[in-house]
Amino acid sequence: MMINHSLRNQYKVSPGTVIKGKWYNHEYRIIKELGNGANGIVYLADCHGQDAALKISDNSMSISSEINILKSFAKVRGCTLGPSLLAVDDWAVKDKVFPFYVMEYIKGENYLDFIKKGDSWTAVLILRLLKNLSLLHGMGYIFGDLKPENLIISAPAGDVRFVDVGGITPIGRSIKEFTEFFDRGYWGMGSRKADPAYDLFAAAMIFINSYYPKRFGRKGEGLSELTRAVNEHKELRRYEKVILKALMGKYDTADSMREELLRIISQNSAKGGIPNQGTKEPSLVQSRTARKKKTKGRHLESLILVLLISFIYILYIYSRLL
Amino acid sequence: MNPGTIRQILLITDGCSNHGEDPSAMAALAREQGITVNVIGVVDQDIIDEKGLSEIESIAKAGGGVSQVVYSAQLSQTVQMVTRKGMTQTIQGVVNKELQQILGRSQTIEDLPPDKRGEIVEVVDELGETAGLQVLVLVDTSASMKHKLPTVKEALLDLSLSLNARMGENHFSVFIFPGKKSEVEKLLDWTPRLEALTNIFPKLTTGGMTPTGPALREALGSFKKKRSLRSLLSNDDKPFFEESV
Ligand SMILES: Nc1ncnc2c1ncn2[C@@H]1O[C@H](COP(=O)(O)OP(=O)(O)O)[C@@H](O)[C@H]1O
Repeated sequence: MMINHSLRNQYKVSPGTVIKGKWYNHEYRIIKELGNGANGIVYLADCHGQDAALKISDNSMSISSEINILKSFAKVRGCTLGPSLLAVDDWAVKDKVFPFYVMEYIKGENYLDFIKKGDSWTAVLILRLLKNLSLLHGMGYIFGDLKPENLIISAPAGDVRFVDVGGITPIGRSIKEFTEFFDRGYWGMGSRKADPAYDLFAAAMIFINSYYPKRFGRKGEGLSELTRAVNEHKELRRYEKVILKALMGKYDTADSMREELLRIISQNSAKGGIPNQGTKEPSLVQSRTARKKKTKGRHLESLILVLLISFIYILYIYSRLL
Repeated sequence: MNPGTIRQILLITDGCSNHGEDPSAMAALAREQGITVNVIGVVDQDIIDEKGLSEIESIAKAGGGVSQVVYSAQLSQTVQMVTRKGMTQTIQGVVNKELQQILGRSQTIEDLPPDKRGEIVEVVDELGETAGLQVLVLVDTSASMKHKLPTVKEALLDLSLSLNARMGENHFSVFIFPGKKSEVEKLLDWTPRLEALTNIFPKLTTGGMTPTGPALREALGSFKKKRSLRSLLSNDDKPFFEESV
């Protein structure tokens, strides 16, 4: 916990406060606080009768660089990775000026709250997260500070949206913002240079965090600790192969990780349904050895069966989510 | 753009100096020479000494740097954050000066309309990524720091991980105070590899005296002769940093 925050109190405002932009004179009435972090406070605000999220800070550099990112999202047509940018201004209060920006309010729950509904969602959300990452990486950026708090699962469709774009870093540069549990450098498993594998490591840690909501700290050798954590949890063990490969930086692209995860999910579903609370599933390792024992003649037959069932499963997921 | 070098002293301490020169005066002296002083105060849970706190703040103010008080458990993240913030602040200061020259009055980034700030942020980011960086780490090893030293070491290794991911060159040096025989002791001479301190970092403290001022003075002497910070922004200047080892 950081301890001194004297300036912060000056832009920490109570519901009902009207924030008026100094450059464009628009007014925003604060409804409530949505969250706050290292770089400012985010409020739900009323903007001409519409809900919007307003982020205010005393740091014009970090606010401006977040605005830059949101603007570059806006240039990509149909890009809904993050909130859309609505307005940019400064708030002059007493003798101080605080920069702020107004963005789309993304209604929904953060990742960890959302999966409390039941963990049949976990794998689906990770798939969606990987699709988002693939788009973002395609634009030349790494998310950086990837963690459940920065993912809002929008209601009701269950889309994964990024909030807090402050950690987004051009590929090849150094990571500026991170959270230890999700940082491969912290676990001694790689550099803090922005490459797609950096985000994929964090995605694997989100997977782990889904089953270890309290998280845990590093005590000894990173990889063996994380491997143990994965192995000790029945649901995680099922995805062991993908998680460990991502932790070890073996995927160059989000798509390759996504494809492999999708394969495992369909194998699992072929073996007896969607991962669900309480179902007893053979671990990934077991199911792989079991398959090896099959005779050649049965091989094709079971392959067709697996494909068919996974197809139905995918259809099922999409019909549920759309 | 051919960025110059940013020079910082990172002071890690847990309280009050009690010996020698006023540390704020020494920090101000550093600032005069284009070296900023960032200060991290490491405290134990619940123990926040008002006097120590205000000393930490005023050293950083005088040294044109950033200060942050943290519990030991948060040290790693803080060390890298404070170093980065300090760099950004230095670069921003230079950019602001440059703006004033161009616009001819006391113009800062904040005085520009929000829409115009974006490009400046990009320049600052670019410089932060590519500029050379010299960090002299000054660690308080007086008695009360004893149980915090392993955490300090971890945090410094973590700092090198963060900074080595940058495109620019880094050089580190580590001093501790009080030293075994003198007020200050050089632990690690300028090197690109801060990890080198793994085996030499002290596990034991060296006494109750806390000569923060003298330590800062000594640290200053360890930087080579410097060109002006303004050259951070000009293209013709060669990076001034000469290998000191
Ligand atoms: N556009 C938004 N819509 C809804 N909630 C948001 C939005 N932006 C931020 N939030 C909420 O506010 C919290 C803090 O915002 P964030 O940008 O992460 O601040 P910081 O960068 O200071 O950590 C987020 O975790 C999220 O819960």
